[in-house]
Amino acid sequence: MNIQEIRAQFPILHQEVNGKPLIYFDNAATTQKPLRVIEALQEYYQLHNANIHRGAHALADRSTGFFEDTRKVVQTFIHANEVEECIFTKGVTEGINLIAQTWGRKNLQAGDEVLITHMEHHSNIVPWQMICAEKGAILKVIPVLPNGELDLNKLDDLFSVRTKMVACVWASNALGTINPIEEIIQKAHAVGAVVLIDGAQAGSHIPINVQQLDIDFLVLSGHKLYGPTGVGVLYGKRALLEKMPPYQGGGEMIKEVSFEGTTYNEIPFKYEAGTPNIGDVIAFKYALEYVNQLGKDNIIAWENQLLNTFTKGVIGLNQTYGEDAIQLIGTAKNKVAVQSFLLKNKHPFDTGMMLDALGIAVRTGHHCTQPLMKRYEIEGTVRASFAFYNTLEEVETLLAALEKMLKRR
Amino acid sequence: MTINEIQDQIIDNFMLFEDDMESRLFYLMDLGKKLPEMPADHQSDEFIVKGCQSKVWLYPVYEDGKVFFEANSNTEITKGLISLLVQIWSGKTKEEILASDLYFIEKIGMGGMIGSQRSNGFASMIKKMKFYASI
Repeated sequence: MNIQEIRAQFPILHQEVNGKPLIYFDNAATTQKPLRVIEALQEYYQLHNANIHRGAHALADRSTGFFEDTRKVVQTFIHANEVEECIFTKGVTEGINLIAQTWGRKNLQAGDEVLITHMEHHSNIVPWQMICAEKGAILKVIPVLPNGELDLNKLDDLFSVRTKMVACVWASNALGTINPIEEIIQKAHAVGAVVLIDGAQAGSHIPINVQQLDIDFLVLSGHKLYGPTGVGVLYGKRALLEKMPPYQGGGEMIKEVSFEGTTYNEIPFKYEAGTPNIGDVIAFKYALEYVNQLGKDNIIAWENQLLNTFTKGVIGLNQTYGEDAIQLIGTAKNKVAVQSFLLKNKHPFDTGMMLDALGIAVRTGHHCTQPLMKRYEIEGTVRASFAFYNTLEEVETLLAALEKMLKRR
Repeated sequence: MTINEIQDQIIDNFMLFEDDMESRLFYLMDLGKKLPEMPADHQSDEFIVKGCQSKVWLYPVYEDGKVFFEANSNTEITKGLISLLVQIWSGKTKEEILASDLYFIEKIGMGGMIGSQRSNGFASMIKKMKFYASI
């Protein structure tokens, strides 16, 4: 991959912050958008804007075509069997809430169990807590080992005949851990449970094949995949989606409405009530195509190099400034390019602000994973998360900034 | 020194760093380190300043018609911020505190230095100190 050529496609990266060249290491929060995505947004509003699926005019026809084109690209991106199994949402949070409120409401009963992991984002905890409370179901948690991997030895004890849903993050936003979802899916299916995979972080890093992995539900966020905000994907197997009740009522999701009763539309439209986020969905296609063009294997190889340079650099700093000068949180063998860390005796807010003064954007805090932070007995971390447009020089600049802080202690 | 004399001195000190944000923050943290230690029993939930992302404790002591402030924070930069206010207001009369105009904030470019979230927290500290001066 030619990183300079790639960077030329991301205009936002070419600016100064606090008089220093911007170094964007907050890619796990949101990724930047390539020029083609930004242009597509403008083109849509300048040339094509119309409501989709029902208009009897040229613009509506064109917009509908573009909108459905994105769905086809999504289908290929995740290797879904059918295009109708790909539903557009606002993002991962909406996708999970949709499943909890439709599949969960229909299928969970008192005493049933929903299994999640200790490293879930709040968006894969709270929707399940809500539906469990409503149904009298029980939320069970797969523990996390000190290095940030799931404690798979506990899996067999946690699964039971009452396990109805396993909702599991593919790659942890706080630790970077890639979970062995294949094994989890197999075990879940063996007890007849359905699996939802939170692909928020995985989407931009890991090749996805929902059929090969036998994933029941997968949720993605467009903005973490180089696309616009406000677009997400919910994949579900047709057999499951068809049996679930609708999520929201309104236009688009109906077949026929009368005051006596209403019949619902087919999937995917059954779950896309109201005018969708047309422009952003259309532009999202170009983000997926950009990632396809670079190739996930190339992306992984480069991001691993960035991550390894950082972790090796930290280990080097610890040799000079003391073994615990910088504590790495999340040292699983199999990781995406996300690294949480803490400087000894330094609050993550202070570290984050010092880095910002140097033009380096990182995330600080609990990363919407408060139970996980509690597990590590910390308030939060500093998190650097890398993307394919980051350079090794940028990683070295971050390491130099951290060294400066260690020197001043 | 009067409130405004102290403010002018703070402005002069920050001006030395011009736009070097890193040095400004290091300076702010150093100021925080100079803050007298706050008695542990005054660092209770009752004296936490609400509206700050970091934890900030503020405890007023009234003596000889003057207000003295004890303060602490769990983050170094925020401790530096509260130390500026302590430097300016501690040992002044209630009337002086309530009548004062904190023009140094704009002069040193505080907003750009600490960002909008911390600026809100900083405003909460000011409000709390003025409240202590009003009772």
